[in-house]
Amino acid sequence: MKKYTYLLFVTMIGLVISCDDNDDPIPVNEEELITTVRLELTPQGGGTAIILESRDVDGLGPDDPVITVSSPLTVSQTYVGEMELLNESVTPSEDITEEVQDEGDEHQFFYQLSQDLATISYADTDENGDPIGLSIQVETTAVGTANLTITLRHEPNKSAAGVSDGDISQAGGETDVQVVFPIEVE
Amino acid sequence: MKYILIFAMAMLSSSMVGQNCQYVCIGEVSDFHDGSSLVGATIYIKELDKYIATDLQGKFKINDLCAGTLTLVVSHVGCIPKTVTITIDGDVYKRINLEHHTENLEEVTLHAIGNKTTASGQETRLKQEQLERYSGGELGDALKEISGVNSLNTGNNIVKPVINGLHSSRVLIMNNGVRLQDQEWGVEHAPNIDLSTAEHVMVVKGASALAYGGDAVGGVVIMNPATIRAKDSLYGQTVLSGHSNGRGISGSTSLTKSYESGWFISGQASVKRFGDAEAPDYFLTNSGLKSNAFSVRGGFKSFEQGVNFYYSYIDNEIGILKASHIGNISDLVNAIASDEPLVQDDFSYAINAPKQDVKHHLAKVNYFKRFENLGRLNLQYDYQNNRRQEFDIRVGEDRDKAALDLALQTHSFSADFKLDANHMRIFNTGLSFAYQENVPDPNTGVRRLIPDYEKIDFGAFVTGLWNFDNGMQIDAGVRYDFNRMDAKKFYLKSRWDERNYQNDFSRFIIDELESQYLTNPIFDYHNFSGMLGLQYFHKDNWQAGVNYSLANRAPNPSELFSDGLHHSAARIELGDLRLKQETSNRVGLTVEYTDEQASVKLEGYYNFINDYIFALPNGIEQTIRGAFPVWEFSQADAGIFGLDFMAVVPVVPRLTFANNTSYIRGTNLDADLALIDIPPFQTQNTLTFKQPKWKDFSLSLKSEWVFEQSRYPNLNFEQFIPSDQTFVEVDISTPPQAYHLIHLHSQIQFDLKKNRKLRLGLKIDNVLNTNYRNYLNRQRYFADEMGRNISLQVKLNY
Repeated sequence: MKKYTYLLFVTMIGLVISCDDNDDPIPVNEEELITTVRLELTPQGGGTAIILESRDVDGLGPDDPVITVSSPLTVSQTYVGEMELLNESVTPSEDITEEVQDEGDEHQFFYQLSQDLATISYADTDENGDPIGLSIQVETTAVGTANLTITLRHEPNKSAAGVSDGDISQAGGETDVQVVFPIEVE
Repeated sequence: MKYILIFAMAMLSSSMVGQNCQYVCIGEVSDFHDGSSLVGATIYIKELDKYIATDLQGKFKINDLCAGTLTLVVSHVGCIPKTVTITIDGDVYKRINLEHHTENLEEVTLHAIGNKTTASGQETRLKQEQLERYSGGELGDALKEISGVNSLNTGNNIVKPVINGLHSSRVLIMNNGVRLQDQEWGVEHAPNIDLSTAEHVMVVKGASALAYGGDAVGGVVIMNPATIRAKDSLYGQTVLSGHSNGRGISGSTSLTKSYESGWFISGQASVKRFGDAEAPDYFLTNSGLKSNAFSVRGGFKSFEQGVNFYYSYIDNEIGILKASHIGNISDLVNAIASDEPLVQDDFSYAINAPKQDVKHHLAKVNYFKRFENLGRLNLQYDYQNNRRQEFDIRVGEDRDKAALDLALQTHSFSADFKLDANHMRIFNTGLSFAYQENVPDPNTGVRRLIPDYEKIDFGAFVTGLWNFDNGMQIDAGVRYDFNRMDAKKFYLKSRWDERNYQNDFSRFIIDELESQYLTNPIFDYHNFSGMLGLQYFHKDNWQAGVNYSLANRAPNPSELFSDGLHHSAARIELGDLRLKQETSNRVGLTVEYTDEQASVKLEGYYNFINDYIFALPNGIEQTIRGAFPVWEFSQADAGIFGLDFMAVVPVVPRLTFANNTSYIRGTNLDADLALIDIPPFQTQNTLTFKQPKWKDFSLSLKSEWVFEQSRYPNLNFEQFIPSDQTFVEVDISTPPQAYHLIHLHSQIQFDLKKNRKLRLGLKIDNVLNTNYRNYLNRQRYFADEMGRNISLQVKLNY
């Protein structure tokens, strides 16, 4: 028994040491990462669209998102807003908007203005008749500057008080996106 | 001249004859705990410089003794030698009790000094009856019966042992002689162990148990299965419990067949099914547990040699409180501000995301051989395979895909030699070699939190134990460990620059992609550890010891390489390649009194840890998701001082009072701040009534009083909440209030035919359904702890 045990040990040591593949790991294809939030506001009746974009290409890396607003809004105008979510860390870039649309009942966008410069209302619904917020309508009412905070909540409680009207306070759920745009209405 | 000599000799001889030297000393050597006789115990009679042994009844007889004192050094294979002083002033009967839990055929590895691993180290063993109360529970919960041991929880199913304020990589867990390798660096990673497999559970505080490793800065938890005796028998045990909280069922069963020839085989299986736990006011949604485990061992052992194998498998599916899974800092602020968890559903057994799914295989082959007049050689090979998947709440096709998928494999070889031919000087020496490979699956679609790595460990140690006639023991040991960490990791270029690695670590870069570097960090660590201790036995009852230990711990993969978002903590954690190893210098003092009825033990310790590694907040990073605080791993000198007290004293016949009290004070010496996550002062008082005549009835009432931790670092910060357009103070530091809980336990045992035993137990935890939160539960921001839990246990021995 002793002899065999020693042999077994030596064989096992040999096997373990020889098993060593030096393949490098492959980079991760980050599928769900949202790097870009784009809100395109097209004035009703035609005209140049205003683009609000937040881009954080390194995802959870240290670089801050780059926030741009293409131009100021005009007062007393109605804009049709379309939200777009992209993953630009991969080539070709991935359209996350579709996934949110497909699982519309589990997502809702909230738009909050720090000053009462405009009225924002939902222009789309999910399968249950509750808003999603990928399509909105913005009616500018006053001149000035304000912060527009766009929050995307995953699995919010859409039936809680005020949530379907755009009030985030009772919504709950998990924040997937939160961007603050400095906007100006003139 | 000749006549003077003869006269002198005559005088001398007459004086000798005049002295009465016909006294007899009869004695009995038995096991301290169960009173069983110890056969073949060796007794060294110092005054006669002679060895005798106890007979088959454990008895011995020494004739022709002169009046005076007799010093006996009593030892038994696998026991700490005990020195006994007897006054001979007539015929004497002496009963000697030895701390003896293992018979001489026990083959558990590294039982250097019997049931105690070191002589002077601070060790406590869980009693059988304490262990059995935790059937259906977790190892971390059972260990809290020992003063000075707490737990770090993530909910009620993830329980990590905390020894004297230290946990995770600083606590080694030995499962049947195998050092558990299961991603223990994670604060949310519970040890993958089935408590039902263990009959012997012991905690060694500090690094004195050098045979197991040189990096046990906190201590070692040693778990061993039941001893199997070499006699023809077939026996088994089945335990079934029902639990009201979580509407859970747990069961475990084992069967053992042993032969007089020394062959044995034993199998064991456990099952746990728990649904959502319940706090006094609400359900803790998604806190269920599903666990399956089985183990088998077998082999042959005689006194001279033995070979055995052991295989165990455990599969745990653990739900993580839904309300604790948050998006960003705003979500955390909302959760902290709310008195109740933000997700409360009706009861369900379903375990959904977020959850953990961990499978652990452990296999071991062990061979030992005794060499006459020399000692014992032990050889072991063990293999572990751990697969850990962590599921997040995800969208679309990735719904059911794990966000973290780690495969960890460890091979380990060890050889030990114990020289115990001379009971006065016992030496133990050993070599060990381990190879570990960690592979995180890139198909998760989430950047790896921990990278691919290979780790090689080599260790060598020598320990010695010296016994002296005056009741003193000295033990000492040295150990050397070599660790090599060889990782392959992707760093975002932006992160690489932010960490300032360009200057110091550019040699590690092996490939460059569009936005990332592929690096190959390789680190070598040389660790020296040692211990020195003195233990003094006074008469039969008192023991005092002082112990010094030195331990070195290399940084773990999380401390070096962490690079990502820790969801349930809503923070980004960053490792640091520059971290050096920790060095711990620990001094412990123990005083202990034991007699047949009472035992009192006081342990004091000071652990000075140079370059103690811990995470500290440092700024905020903005991402598309919002803002997250960044916690970085850094090093500082720390000092931990503590006192652990335990006592069991009889009050009146059949009524016993027990107390466990512990105090820990941890300080970051460089910053003069308190250390984070130090357990607060706590005291447990238990009254137990036992009436053996009523079918072994016992009833105990326990009061658990945990004070508020007033010493903590204030790491609160101000955070701008965009949805409210305000600044809010995020209070992540303030510990919860003090709390007091009452627990009840009662049991009764029936002796059935054919040596079968049936035991019924009733356990009520948190009898008063008290609301409370525990500072060491990472989910204390979100919900209260469990409310009342009534468990009924049926145990059958056959």
